[in-house]
Amino acid sequence: MADVAETRKFIEIEVLRYRPEQDSEPFLQIFEVPFTDDMSVLQGLQYIKDYLDGSLSFRWSCRMAICGSCGMMIDGKPRLSCKTFLRDFHPGRVRVEALAHFPIERDLVIVMDDFIDKLESIKPYIIAKEPRTLEQGEYLQTPAERDVYEQFSSCINCLLCYAACPQYGLNPEFVGPGIMALLHRYNVDSRDGGAAQRMDVVNAEEGVFNCTAVGYCSEVCPKHVDPANAVNQNKTLSAKDYFLRFVTPKGGAR
Amino acid sequence: MNTPNPRRPYVRPMAGWWRRNPFFVEYMVHEGTALFVAAYAIVLLVGLLRLAQGEAAWNGWLDALKSPLSVAFHLILLAAIAYHCWTWFRIMPKTMPPIVVRGKRLPPGAITGCGLAVAAVASLVLLGLVWGMTR
Amino acid sequence: MKPAGKRSNAPIFWSLFGAGGMLAALIGPMLVFITGIAVPLGLVLPADAMSYPRMLAFAQHWIGKGFLFAVVALFLWHAGHRIYHSLHDIGIHAGMGARLACYGLAMLGTVLAAWWLLAIGF
Repeated sequence: MADVAETRKFIEIEVLRYRPEQDSEPFLQIFEVPFTDDMSVLQGLQYIKDYLDGSLSFRWSCRMAICGSCGMMIDGKPRLSCKTFLRDFHPGRVRVEALAHFPIERDLVIVMDDFIDKLESIKPYIIAKEPRTLEQGEYLQTPAERDVYEQFSSCINCLLCYAACPQYGLNPEFVGPGIMALLHRYNVDSRDGGAAQRMDVVNAEEGVFNCTAVGYCSEVCPKHVDPANAVNQNKTLSAKDYFLRFVTPKGGAR
Repeated sequence: MNTPNPRRPYVRPMAGWWRRNPFFVEYMVHEGTALFVAAYAIVLLVGLLRLAQGEAAWNGWLDALKSPLSVAFHLILLAAIAYHCWTWFRIMPKTMPPIVVRGKRLPPGAITGCGLAVAAVASLVLLGLVWGMTR
Repeated sequence: MKPAGKRSNAPIFWSLFGAGGMLAALIGPMLVFITGIAVPLGLVLPADAMSYPRMLAFAQHWIGKGFLFAVVALFLWHAGHRIYHSLHDIGIHAGMGARLACYGLAMLGTVLAAWWLLAIGF
């Protein structure tokens, strides 16, 4: 039987570092990390933090692709580091950077204040169409009604779609793919009556028309939400309202 | 005590972003088909002017279209606009509301396929009409 | 939480872009083939398919006029809108300048097409 130490595999992880108190700009640092075939990129980073450089900063929580914390650029593509495996890059080197299009707070940690602000602005909760009392019971919905929004409700706010969206990178004012998916999720929910309020965000200069249908957001989404579809369906809705608001009795969105 | 804010978020430049990912390179190429659509519209616009100017002018335009350079140029236009057609319908599943047929969502491939089929039929109808009118 | 900004006028340009893009996708390649390859080379269609009397009659008929106007104008608006966004994509955020260049030229082409189609008569 071969010696365990001899069969141990190593991979080079190249990490984009940025320590605001001492670096004027980010730089790449290479770590050599022992790994096994079942190790994720996140576990590789945890190895670095535990054994090689305790100052490395990154966000993570669940390790199972549901918390949405560990999104990073891995080999230039936005991915969840817990769902990406080191073995797929071996024997090459794997480069890990903070999510594109966001300011870097420190190392692999990005500033996500903009996303949180936008999330609040779309009222991401059901605004009951016909409020019911407890005595009246629950809000019922058919499977078909549920099917309309279900895919969009799978969003875990991981921001990979923002890192995939060049239009957001070019103009951070743009509401962006993930927020539009969440907005759409509530607007098309049969129990919700808040669409008119949310359409102001859709119709605004910062709204859906900044999208040029690159479509990469939907490619990188780890939850198959298809945010590009939410954005583009709302272009049609917004344009319809733009032209018909003067002829429809209630002025559409308002 | 006042301590200076240690936060100094670093914003990375966007210059050359479209070279970073093959997906973006392809996006720029299919956006670039617009230049060829514009070029063809200008060719037709000149044709309208020549038609309005009378028979001699129109025949001059027709002769210009017969030059090898023009034919080569139109072959490039054909390739670019055909690529526009393919990419236009390829993105369509992402831009349309879901279509439910017998309780099931139409898959993306079916939507793209339908679009391309409609384009093929429209093109053949156009060719047939021109053929019928000029025979 | 920030309030939603001013309403965008993009639907006008986006609709023209979409209409032109759809028209170009449906019949663009065949149009190029007919006018730029088949007729000049005498392939498939007769070599005199675009003779002066025939094209004049076509452009004088309201259907022909409408078709020619739609093709030229919508192709230009489609291209203008896409190029406007591409300029932004490659880092040319000229604002009003880019807008004028792209949409202004599409508008100019539209007006010229209408003018010359009217000059052709009915």
